[in-house]
Amino acid sequence: MTDAFPSIAYANVGKSFERSRIKAIDDVSLKVMSGEFLAVVGGSGSGKSTLLRLANRLIEPDSGTVRVHGEDIRHRDPIELRRSIGYVFQSGGLFPHMTVADNIGITPRLLGTPAAEISARVDELLDLVQLERSHRDRFPHELSGGQRQRVGVARALAAKPKIVLMDEPFGALDPLTRDALGEDYRALHRSLGLTTVMITHDMAEALLLADKIAVMRAGHLVAQGTAKDLANSGDAYVGELLNTPRRQAERLQDLLPKDGA
Amino acid sequence: MMLTVDPRWNDALTRLPDYLGSHVRVSLTALALGLVVSFPLALMVKRRPLARDIVLGIASIVQTVPGLALLALFYPLLLALAGLSLNWFGVGFSAFGFLPSVLALALYSMLPVLRNTITGLQGIDPAIIEAAEGVGMTPRQSLTMVELPLALPVIMAGVRTAAVWVIGTATLSTPIGQTSLGNYIFAGLQTQNWVFVLFGCAAAAALALAVDQLLALIENGVKRNSRMRIAVGCIGLAALVAATLMPSLARARTSYIVGAKTFTEQYVLSSLIAQRLQAVGLSATPREGLGSAVIFEALAANDIDVYVDYSGTLWVNQFKREVEPRAKLLDDLKATLRDRYGITQLGDLGFENAYALVMPRKRAEALGIHTITDLVTHAASMSIAGDYEFFSRPEWAALKSAYGLSFRQQRQMQPDFMYAAAASGDVDVIAGYTSDGLIAKYDLVVLSDPKSAIPPYDAIVLLSPKRADDKKLRDALQPLLGRIDIAAMREANLRAAGGDNASSPDAVARWLWERISKR
Repeated sequence: MTDAFPSIAYANVGKSFERSRIKAIDDVSLKVMSGEFLAVVGGSGSGKSTLLRLANRLIEPDSGTVRVHGEDIRHRDPIELRRSIGYVFQSGGLFPHMTVADNIGITPRLLGTPAAEISARVDELLDLVQLERSHRDRFPHELSGGQRQRVGVARALAAKPKIVLMDEPFGALDPLTRDALGEDYRALHRSLGLTTVMITHDMAEALLLADKIAVMRAGHLVAQGTAKDLANSGDAYVGELLNTPRRQAERLQDLLPKDGA
Repeated sequence: MMLTVDPRWNDALTRLPDYLGSHVRVSLTALALGLVVSFPLALMVKRRPLARDIVLGIASIVQTVPGLALLALFYPLLLALAGLSLNWFGVGFSAFGFLPSVLALALYSMLPVLRNTITGLQGIDPAIIEAAEGVGMTPRQSLTMVELPLALPVIMAGVRTAAVWVIGTATLSTPIGQTSLGNYIFAGLQTQNWVFVLFGCAAAAALALAVDQLLALIENGVKRNSRMRIAVGCIGLAALVAATLMPSLARARTSYIVGAKTFTEQYVLSSLIAQRLQAVGLSATPREGLGSAVIFEALAANDIDVYVDYSGTLWVNQFKREVEPRAKLLDDLKATLRDRYGITQLGDLGFENAYALVMPRKRAEALGIHTITDLVTHAASMSIAGDYEFFSRPEWAALKSAYGLSFRQQRQMQPDFMYAAAASGDVDVIAGYTSDGLIAKYDLVVLSDPKSAIPPYDAIVLLSPKRADDKKLRDALQPLLGRIDIAAMREANLRAAGGDNASSPDAVARWLWERISKR
């Protein structure tokens, strides 16, 4: 029953910037089911980042409603709402003047959790994202890109949210790190029973990690569904987006056995 | 070794607690006021580009006003405000010394704090600020937990710049009546006491460095989250303030304040008055290096108790009246002072310190110049030097119109350097002071003024309105009246300009007292 319930539901949402001159989101309706891993794919300026920020009121819609766990978020305190939703920023978004432990523990600290509890939770999270506990007292600039993003994931999970929003979280990483981190996160998503919305411009990444994919273009939602659903979509742009990973897969198929032989 | 035996060194040291204390108080108060205003202002305008540009623009304009001028401007401004406040609310305040200095210096400190706070906050990566919002910080939490800590190094650099500027500029608050380390510099410059000038500069620099380092320690402590460093820095600042408050608290409240203008003779006479007061058991505090207009207003407002002025200066310059014969001018001046200001003209000291045109004796004789009339035909090919105010004083206008004088070139100079300039031929004629001992030293001659264009300048002792009926004060000063003739004053001035061990105003004043009390 709960699985049938959408965690996030956008209904006819619209948002413009610069005094209505730029329509970032135009009449978008979209449901993210509980426990689902949704990837939102689109080019820059497609409105995918705006869509993500509408979910925790970093941006307010001009029209339509956004519901989280069934409740219209206009009626929720934005601060409290943000603290209840995990958020992973592009290239970490860590606070450079805080240690790893302070970064991870920030939301519990804002919620008034006792220091000892936060400390224990930080250790737990470091284990969860597979970082050594000795990293606790390091500063972000002392970490590699992949380690920083692991800290970013740990920070998002610190206050035990049910929903995690990710803004191109693995975009700036090298392919190996990116793959490892993606797989590790997918495992966390499943084991913790999270609902995840991830923004990416990379269709291959979306296909590999997500249960469902939404495709945004010029503020419109042009397609949504599983990989199969997308493949059956008649939309030219979606076809174009799928073509690249398909072609790559075929070429790799051709190339790799030779290599392995 | 030479320095430690020089009595001027000891003299400078004994003044240090008073000067340094006043300096610390005025500059730290100004800095604190500047910070209290600048921080909220910077936070208020940081996201409003128009308001931000206006605030920074105004602060920049303030910064371009020379420090001395800014301080000087606050004096008449506050004087007018004090008058209004007295009229409207029946409460007046002193526009002299501390208040105008603090306000002007606080204004002066604002630009670096404003600019660095705004720049520091603007320089933060917007992604970090969005992250703060995203993890659920309120705007205030984002400011205090993320934005301010990240902007701290830039902000503190601004605070430290402001501190150094304020401490340096505070030396210029001496002429508007605020005792500061500038007293050494102004007094030293006037009496050619280079030990004082050096001492003042070194003390101001040391204070600026010390405060800068303490602020650096606090900054470091905040950055490294070290309570120890923050505490040591704060305790250091607090100790500095406490240590400098002590001497002024210990000082007797009923002290008589003796004013002095910005030239050698005034330093000697104020020392002489202070010594006479101390001789009868009254405590006296000198307030030296005051501008001509400032010192008169300060006396009228009871901010100082006694000083020596010159009849012609007050009559022509302050009251803008026509020149009168000597005795009549003195009587009229006495009546005007009493009726308009409640100021008591206790009496004249016995000499005149008039402006006079002065040139080398040999040259004057060679050209056959004895009077200003004789000078007229030569003036077109000659240069003249005067002090900073002479050429804008009515006496100069009167001289020009009475004799039709016109010189090739006009120069302004530090008074003590004029005589040497005339002797060496750098300038042909100087507007000197008749009581200056350097006239005899450099073999110069005073040209007579047959048309009486320059008013008489009898040295007169003035008492503030609240001291009008102070019998002790009057009795203590009575022995000075009519006793100092021009020869005694010239020699005293020459001694004070000597630049040797016995040339401190105090030493010269003791010498002068010995000389006049013997007769």
